[in-house]
Amino acid sequence: MLILGIESATDQVGSAIGGHEGVIASAHSARGRRHAETLTPQIDFVRRQAQVELAEISVVAVDLGPGLYTGLRVGISTATAIAHALGVPMIGVSSLDLVAFPVRFTSRLIVAALDARRGEVFHAFYRQVPGGVQRVTDYRVATPDDLASELLAVNEECLLVGDGALRYAATFAGLQRVEIVEQGLSHPNARSLVQLAHAQALREEFVKPWEIKPLYLRKPDAEINWSTREGA
Amino acid sequence: MTTTEPTIDPAPDAPAVAATILGIESSCDETAAAVVVGAQSVLSSVVSSQVDLHARYGGVVPEIASRAHVELLTPVVAQAVVEAGIENDQIEAVAATTGPGLIGSLLVGVSAAKALALVWDVPFVSVNHLEAHLYASFLEEPDLEMPLVVLLVSGGHTMLVLMTGHGRYEVLGSTLDDAAGEAFDKVARYLGLGYPGGPAIDALAMEGDPEAIRFPRALQNDGLNFSFSGLKTAVVNHVRKNPDASTADVAASFQAAVVDVLVAKARTAAQDVGAKGLCLAGGVAANSQLRETLLDVCVSDGMRGFLPSRSMCTDNAAMVAAAGWWRLQSDGPAGLDTGANPSVGLP
Ligand SMILES: [Zn+2]
Repeated sequence: MLILGIESATDQVGSAIGGHEGVIASAHSARGRRHAETLTPQIDFVRRQAQVELAEISVVAVDLGPGLYTGLRVGISTATAIAHALGVPMIGVSSLDLVAFPVRFTSRLIVAALDARRGEVFHAFYRQVPGGVQRVTDYRVATPDDLASELLAVNEECLLVGDGALRYAATFAGLQRVEIVEQGLSHPNARSLVQLAHAQALREEFVKPWEIKPLYLRKPDAEINWSTREGA
Repeated sequence: MTTTEPTIDPAPDAPAVAATILGIESSCDETAAAVVVGAQSVLSSVVSSQVDLHARYGGVVPEIASRAHVELLTPVVAQAVVEAGIENDQIEAVAATTGPGLIGSLLVGVSAAKALALVWDVPFVSVNHLEAHLYASFLEEPDLEMPLVVLLVSGGHTMLVLMTGHGRYEVLGSTLDDAAGEAFDKVARYLGLGYPGGPAIDALAMEGDPEAIRFPRALQNDGLNFSFSGLKTAVVNHVRKNPDASTADVAASFQAAVVDVLVAKARTAAQDVGAKGLCLAGGVAANSQLRETLLDVCVSDGMRGFLPSRSMCTDNAAMVAAAGWWRLQSDGPAGLDTGANPSVGLP
């Protein structure tokens, strides 16, 4: 089984290929908002580095978000088209799960927080379990101040990870029992995506390409304004 | 003005004349895919309109459009291939609209098209949406003679384009403010006719008197540029002052003003450049009054007039595949690092 993993839910664009023997090739780059320009050539590069043909790919995994809408859509449109063209199933994994997974070797509460722009962060809480992490909250969107208050209230040792944690580091810096994870681990990672997708693939937790749905966590502004107007 | 034969300089790796091309269109609120052979034979053309999603907002909401494209694109592509009666491995190139349009919407189609081209190991072709509209006519009438003047009118564009050869364009005039289709939408919304405004006004105008109200014809005898924002204001003012005016008369009179200006300028442009033909393109080209009036003018001027079918006027992917075929002939494939360009003009 060979899995192609594609993630572009943040400023970073990443691809990886791997299977039973682990990840065999991967690439990541973060050059501003050039997701569409970067992703397709990157997949071709990773495929060559892995010395496989795309026709050998048996599962396409993709980061479902939450994240930057445009990057998210580029990743999902690309991944879906590849899976459709190859006639293979897909696996979707949340960006927050991908950020929490690499820091799993801790008994502390893991808090994944990604930049949601507009002064907000997407976040979720995780606990270490054998072989990975388990999410213990919903995926949520909140202001950094609200998340800081929540961390204060849980009153336990926390590991705060993600580009949202770094962007609003000043807001979290005053919290006694919270440590912020460094930059190298602040983006969702395509290697983790392949690893997590591999575990799901073994359990045959597949979805069809047309069933993949991005995790936006926010309605379009027009819809919000409309329902506010309707309610008024 | 000299006559130029429709010639092109083929790219070194130009595809076979009968190349089977998958076209993808997602620049605005239509998710579309089509399979076309050699810019001539349409094997399938699937258009999934999002109009219902945007109707209650009275216009296209970019974020809603982008989200819908993500959901609709793969099923639409799959349907286009099935309806064409071909297998995926018979597709020889994938062409997608890369601009102009809504950036978030364009990127969905561009990303999917490049991914398909990568997997199938076929050329990816970058298509300009405006050029695609021009090629809608050639798809139905391959032997249109040049020089040709095209009146391209849609919700986003109003322009007069001179085509002297394939891929050779000159914009003779364009709108200084609102696009013609935008004027239809705004007036329809003001009259409570819903969205989209073009078909609603077209239908209601048939019951009204186009000469009931004399709305202004901005710049009618002044150059080849257009202006429609004053017309919308005039309609609003008239209805305010005459609340009992028949809506059908207002719609018919408004439509007559738009059509008069469009046709007068297209006629002037065609006479100025000694065009052999005049043709319509874009969503507003589906308007009955515009189609009728333009043909009348062509007949009385002894000029070839061509009206693409209504489904070829509005956004579709067959025109993208057709324009893609010509681009592939002249420029060759585009790189997989191609992005979208929301504000690009005609090449
Ligand atoms: Zn258009």
